[in-house]
Amino acid sequence: MNILELGGVVAGYQRSQVLHGVDLEVTEGGVTALLGANGAGKTTTLRAISGMVWRRGTLRFDGRDISRMRPDQVARLGIAHVPQGRGTLARLSTAENLMVGALRRRDSDVGTDLQSCYDLFPVLAHRRNAVAGSLSGGEQQMLAIGRAIMSRPRLLLLDEPSLGLAPRVVREMFRVLDDLRAERGLTMLLVEQSVVAALDLADRAVVLETGRVTLRGSAAEFAGMDEVRRAYLGT
Amino acid sequence: MRALQQVIDGLATGSIYGALALALVLAHRATGVVNFAQGQMAVVSTFFAWSLVQSGLGVVLAIALTVAASLLFGATVERVVMRRFERESPMITIVATVGLLLLLNGVSSLIWGYDLKAFPPAFSSGTLRAGEAAVSIPALGTFLVLVAVVLVLYVLMMRTRLGLALRAVADNPDSSALSGLPVGRLLMVGWGLAAGLGAIAGCLVAPKLYLDPNMLAGVLVYALAAAVLGGFDSPLGAVVAAWIIGVSENLAATYIGVIGNDLRISVPLLLTVLVLLLRPQGLFGRREVVRV
Repeated sequence: MNILELGGVVAGYQRSQVLHGVDLEVTEGGVTALLGANGAGKTTTLRAISGMVWRRGTLRFDGRDISRMRPDQVARLGIAHVPQGRGTLARLSTAENLMVGALRRRDSDVGTDLQSCYDLFPVLAHRRNAVAGSLSGGEQQMLAIGRAIMSRPRLLLLDEPSLGLAPRVVREMFRVLDDLRAERGLTMLLVEQSVVAALDLADRAVVLETGRVTLRGSAAEFAGMDEVRRAYLGT
Repeated sequence: MRALQQVIDGLATGSIYGALALALVLAHRATGVVNFAQGQMAVVSTFFAWSLVQSGLGVVLAIALTVAASLLFGATVERVVMRRFERESPMITIVATVGLLLLLNGVSSLIWGYDLKAFPPAFSSGTLRAGEAAVSIPALGTFLVLVAVVLVLYVLMMRTRLGLALRAVADNPDSSALSGLPVGRLLMVGWGLAAGLGAIAGCLVAPKLYLDPNMLAGVLVYALAAAVLGGFDSPLGAVVAAWIIGVSENLAATYIGVIGNDLRISVPLLLTVLVLLLRPQGLFGRREVVRV
């Protein structure tokens, strides 16, 4: 079952077009890695899904057309986007950041979910009342992921979660993501520069080059592929 | 004791500044914008209440209806005027609010004219005496309403889902949208609440200041000083700072000969400059933390 479908998507910013016809499917319960060099359009693809940039083409989530929705409408359908740079609500506390993720929920399990966030990310529990802007980069990344999963999403979009983080922290974070995949069956679309870590977590991979998909297949196939190396390093 | 009376009078005028300062701070907490038109919006609301009273309504009912209408007024201003400028730099947004101030000033004088109008007080007149000190009942009433509003605002902003949503949108609209919050609608709510608060402020002070299009122009300066002194994200801070300004201004005018009555406005202005130099986050505000 394809939970997300992109067909011939063109998208970009005010005066520039970055995507020139992207075709992409994500199956429910799977982790898809979106790979490519800088400027290939990986972040733009995630932003196109979330409605943060102008876009045209087929964009379907669970069969529904999302190509004309505002970001908050897309989010309410069950897509949680962890943006590049984390998007921390800097002047709110750690706990408040997590609670914002759950603001649209009307059920009574929010408290339990908050506690399981603290179990997943113990460092957030220690700093729950701290002003979020004072957290380290790694802590803010955990916070951003936590805020995203507090909404109980069906699809998690992650934009370069390892950016600017120490290798040890990156390893820890990917371990948590793997747990989320295994325990909650959370579908993910992961944009990553860190190819090895991404292919380790993902079961499928897609390569973007200058706004188009040039390669797709299972993560296992990709691990040693020459084309992947070429796409990244141009050699 | 003359000094005690000065303090009481200072608290009374301070409450006038504090009422508008609260509206400024609420608008800033909910939308991230310093609204230079806050006073003028409050004046329009007060004129509206005045018209209701002229047509026969009792003053308390008129104020209640005006507050309700002001909620809509504020929301409309956000949707129709401010929405265009919210994505721009803070400078542009501020200039837009100044333009709004001028527009509303012109509109009020067009509709209601420039002559001073008497506004009926919501509190009965009279004076309470304790020894040699006296406080007028309207002044005491304004003081108590202010305290009540600060409490209600605290509960709203810090303990309710709506308050959290408003603060989230003011802090980071993009992330809030990605979390599913309807940013536009919440900004309308923030502006509406601030306008409602401004209406209360205007109607409380109009009996003393007399109603005309420029009634709150001078007060705006004091209210901004109070908001800066208190720390722009603290409603309690703004009110306490307003009281400090009111009292210190009165004491300085009375006891520091060189200031006297002519230079009394220099007191809040000097205080503002000092605070911005020494402690920019204000007395109650929080230091902005930026991690590099």
